[in-house]
Formats: sequence, C-alpha cells, structure tokens
Amino acid sequence: MLNILKIAVRNLMRYKRRTLLTTSLVAIGVVFVLVFISVSGSFKNMMIGQITDSFLGHIQVHKKGYVVSLDSLPLTLNLGGKSLGKVEKAISETPEIEAYSKRIKFGGMFSNFVETTNVRLNGVYPEDEFKTVPLFLSRIREGEKTIKPGEILVPELLAKGMKVKVGDTVVIIATNRDGSVNGKQFQVGGILESVSGPGGRDGYIHIDDAAEILRMDSMEISEIAIRLKGFGELQGVFEELKGKLGSELNKQGKPAFEVHTWEKLSPFYNIAKMIDIMTFFIKLMLIAIVLVSIMNVMVTAVYERIREIGTIAAIGTLPGKIVAMFLIEGFSLGLFGAVVGDVLGIAIIYILSVVKLTFNFGRQKGILLSPSVSLQDILTISIIVIIISVLASLQPAYKASRMKPIDALRHI
Amino acid sequence: MSLITASNLSKVYAKEELKVEALKGLNFEIKPASFVSFVGPSGSGKTTLLNLIGCLDKPTSGTLTVDGTDVSSLNTRTAAAFRGRKIGFIFQDFNLIPVLTVYENVGYPLLMVQNTPAAERKKRIDVLLEAVGMTEKKDKYPDQISGGQKQRVAVARALVTNPKLVLADEPTANLDHKTAYMVIDIMKKMKNELGTTFIFSTHDQKIVGEAEIIYSLEDGELTR
Repeated sequence: MLNILKIAVRNLMRYKRRTLLTTSLVAIGVVFVLVFISVSGSFKNMMIGQITDSFLGHIQVHKKGYVVSLDSLPLTLNLGGKSLGKVEKAISETPEIEAYSKRIKFGGMFSNFVETTNVRLNGVYPEDEFKTVPLFLSRIREGEKTIKPGEILVPELLAKGMKVKVGDTVVIIATNRDGSVNGKQFQVGGILESVSGPGGRDGYIHIDDAAEILRMDSMEISEIAIRLKGFGELQGVFEELKGKLGSELNKQGKPAFEVHTWEKLSPFYNIAKMIDIMTFFIKLMLIAIVLVSIMNVMVTAVYERIREIGTIAAIGTLPGKIVAMFLIEGFSLGLFGAVVGDVLGIAIIYILSVVKLTFNFGRQKGILLSPSVSLQDILTISIIVIIISVLASLQPAYKASRMKPIDALRHI
Repeated sequence: MSLITASNLSKVYAKEELKVEALKGLNFEIKPASFVSFVGPSGSGKTTLLNLIGCLDKPTSGTLTVDGTDVSSLNTRTAAAFRGRKIGFIFQDFNLIPVLTVYENVGYPLLMVQNTPAAERKKRIDVLLEAVGMTEKKDKYPDQISGGQKQRVAVARALVTNPKLVLADEPTANLDHKTAYMVIDIMKKMKNELGTTFIFSTHDQKIVGEAEIIYSLEDGELTR
C-alpha cells in the first residue's frame, strides 16, 4: 500500500500546476466551511448563552397549559403546595442541575404618578435567580446589582419611556387571581438592559413583594427556571425531568406539569436551526466543489496515462491494484486539500478571534464574536473531503482498471 | 515439449460490415529457450500474433497453448495473473513508467505483481541491472536516459520475474543500429544465461539475422 501511495504522490507531483490548482480549490472550500462554521457557531452559541444565561435558563417547568397561555400570564395556572413540592423534589434528585429559580410572573400597571403603562413582572428570590441566570447581574445598567424588597428593576425601554431613574418612586397595580386589584409603591432600584426574546424586557421585583401585591395566602409559583451544570446535558436532564414529572396527574387525570427546554421557549431556536440548515448547505457546496474538481482531475489523469495503464496491465498488474492506484491518488489530493484548508482555516479563525469582531443584534449593540472551531468539526470536514475525493475517483479508477491492455497500448 | 503450440490459429477483426482477417489458420510450435523472430511487413499480423501469445487478445478460432495453458480460455483477471507469472514484455516505445526510477521500473513487476520480499527483490534487480549495464543509472528517471538505455531497462524489467517467455514487439524500431544490436545481444545473452524464450517481431532485415528461428508472416499467413 505504501508503494501505491508513493506512486500516487509522484504522479500528482508530475503535474504540479494541476495538483496545486485542485488542492487550492479544495482547500478554499474547506477554509470557507470552517470559517463559516466558526463564525455562525460563535454567533449561535453566544446568542444561546445570552438567552439562557440572561433570563430563560436551560429548562423551565410549569403547570400544564401555562406555556400556551404565556402571553396572558395566567395566575390560575400557578404551582403551589404539593405540586410545587413534587417539582422541587424531582429537581433535588437530579444531580446535573446546578441551580433553579422560582418565579411569579404577572402583568400589571406601571405608574410614575403622571403616566401609566403596562408592565410584565417577575417576582424572584434574588440569590436563586442570579445563580440560575448568571448574566442577569450584568444586565443591571444602573443601581445596585441586587433586587431588594420594596425595589423594582425597570426595563430600560420602559424607564426611558416613562422617564424614571434610579431612586424614583413608582406604583405597581395588579389584579390577583380572584379579580381584586391591589397596588404597591416601589423605589426604582436599577435599570435593566433589554435582551432579545420573550421575557427579555420584563421588570423584576422580590418574590415576597409579588406575593403581597397578588395577595397570595400561600406561595404560588408561575415558573421554575433551571440551570444545568453542563449545557451538553440538556437533552438527558430534560428527558429525566419529563419522565419524573410526566407521570404526575392532576385531579382530572391529565398531566400536571410541563417541562420545556429553552429551544421550545425562545424564537431564537428557529434562527439557530436556520444557521444549522445553512451550515448543511455550505457543506453540500463543499462536497460539490470537491466532487467536481477531483473527478475532473482524475478523469484527465486516466486519459493522459492510458498507455501507462496499458503497460502495467500488460505486465500483469491486477485490475484491483489499478483501481487502488487511482483511488489513492484521489485520496491524496483530498488529503492535501483538507490539510492545507484546515491549516489556513484555523489561521483565519485565529486572526478573526484576535481582531475581535463585534456586531449588533436587535437592540443589543457591540456583541463580541469569538469564532472558534472544534477538533470534531475539523475532523468531520476533513473526513467528508477525503471520502468525497475517493468517491470522485471511483469512476475514473474503475474505467482505468477495465481498459483492455491491447487497446490502451495502441493509444497515442 | 513445446512452450507454445498454435493450431489453426485465426484472428478476425470485425467492425460493422467490414471484416479483416489478421491471422489465417496458423500452425506452429516453439520450444523452450528459443530465440525466435517473426518477420514481415507492416500489417502482416506480427503484432496481432504477439498479442495473442501474450494473452492481451483472444483468437477468433483455433487453439493457442502457452506453457500448457489454453490462453483463449483466460478471463481478464486470470490472463493478467498469467502474464505476471509467465510472460515478460518489451515494447517498441520502451513504455517505462515515468514517475519511477530505473531501479523502481525494473522492480515494478516484483513489487506490484508478484509481491516478492524486499531482499529477494533487491537481489534480482541488482543482478539484472548489472547484466544490462544500467547499475550506474539506477537512480535516474526515464526522461534522464537515452532510448537505448531505456530499452535495456525494459529488457531487465521483462526478465526480472524469471518468465518462461519474453515477447518483444519491434524492440529495436526506435533505436539506431548500434544500440539495436546491443539490445539484441543483451536479449541473446539473457536467453543463454536464463533459458528464457524470446520472441520478437521486426521488419529490420539486419536484426532478423540474429534470430535462431525465423517465421515469416505475410497477409496473416506463415510463408516459411
């Protein structure tokens, strides 16, 4: 096999310019794919990180039917008493969970004593919330980085529209589940940066204040956001929780809970899927480039070496060995192209990460891209290129092996 | 016992309506360790006959036995294996592999066809390079040596597997007279030393005289 490889490499070096051009074409394709994967992957991962670590969490648990009614923030679908205990028990028995945060979500009126507008609010235990969505604190633009009882974190757009600033007094008015209205004064404790996606423009108060406004006799929870120790465990933990909580039935004999990953809760998941689809098509383009260029070279190589093929066949070289010679030639071309493309691709990705590219997404400005590519991606792309190179060589190699030596030797 | 036996051997090339009888019912026998020449003008059937003996083509009718094997019954693969074991080829245009050195060209059949162990391979290549006087040029590539030297390398390549038979189609056609005689001398020497049967075709009357047995072909028929 080593000897066939030696002959293949020498044949490639025999037509240096053609080999260089083909290798360059394959390498450029590999570079393009690697850079695209790294940049789009960086964007995707960064956005997923932003969404899950800023407000959504990795997984959320609700009472069955809550998510479809999310826009109206129904207080009648809260978890309380035994059902809340069951969820907390299931969470405590799942070691992959790092933290979780109980939230009361409700809609209310926000008044600065001059104007009134709508607001969506989350009542949370600050320490639990900060552990579950660790980027939350970085979203507090002004004021102390905490949520104290009697204070409210106002989303920046609302603060700007209502002309409120840290230290101002505002009133929150809300209707509880029985329909009675209650109001409470808050001091603006901080201004909260908006992030893309639903829930990214909500205000925050302490959970005790939320319970007080809504006149809850006992603690009721709208949603439980969960953070995992490792993002890669998402599907495993999701299935585990679904298994544990899915069997719990309510009084009507229907499932009592619903468990969702961030993918079902954020519209960005569709953008992430689009990125994956684009990546797939970019890979298809690479396959087409490799297939056409290698096949073209190998067809030409067979045509140019017909007499040589006739000679080695006449000498007694078996057809299988002739096939192997051309397949290894295609393999070598693919390998060279992949290696050169990998090296150049990694260099370009490194330069992009050093240059620190920034972009704007929605209202988020100056988001920093950190392009990187995994060893798995590099290997996958390289293996695809090499396999396609070998496949592209199959037809010419087969044709060479089927040539009649007598005809091949006559070829001029 | 004969090395080659042809009995009523015919070859017809047919293309649509047109039929050309290249060989017409040839009968002959060639004994082992012979130095045989087929002579005749262009189109007389020399190359066709050598192609049949070399298992590169199949007769239309008649039988052809080479070293006890009816070669017309061989398929592509078994014919290739048979050639690799029993037959060496010397071509008019030398047909050396351009990406291999002189040494590697001679060793090619041992390496790629017979899978001979490295030590044995080296021994046989060295002996043959010495015999054809190409030891000093063993690291040169075909485009770095002359036509005569190329044909000497081709002779060494044909003999390296110790074949029973070497077929040479117009081996001196592209060589000047001096070099042509040198190549024929080497072939004769090899035949005497190794007992290999050499069959070559030529239309060069001076070279023909070097053969021990001469068959004349004319319009596909043996005339003497």
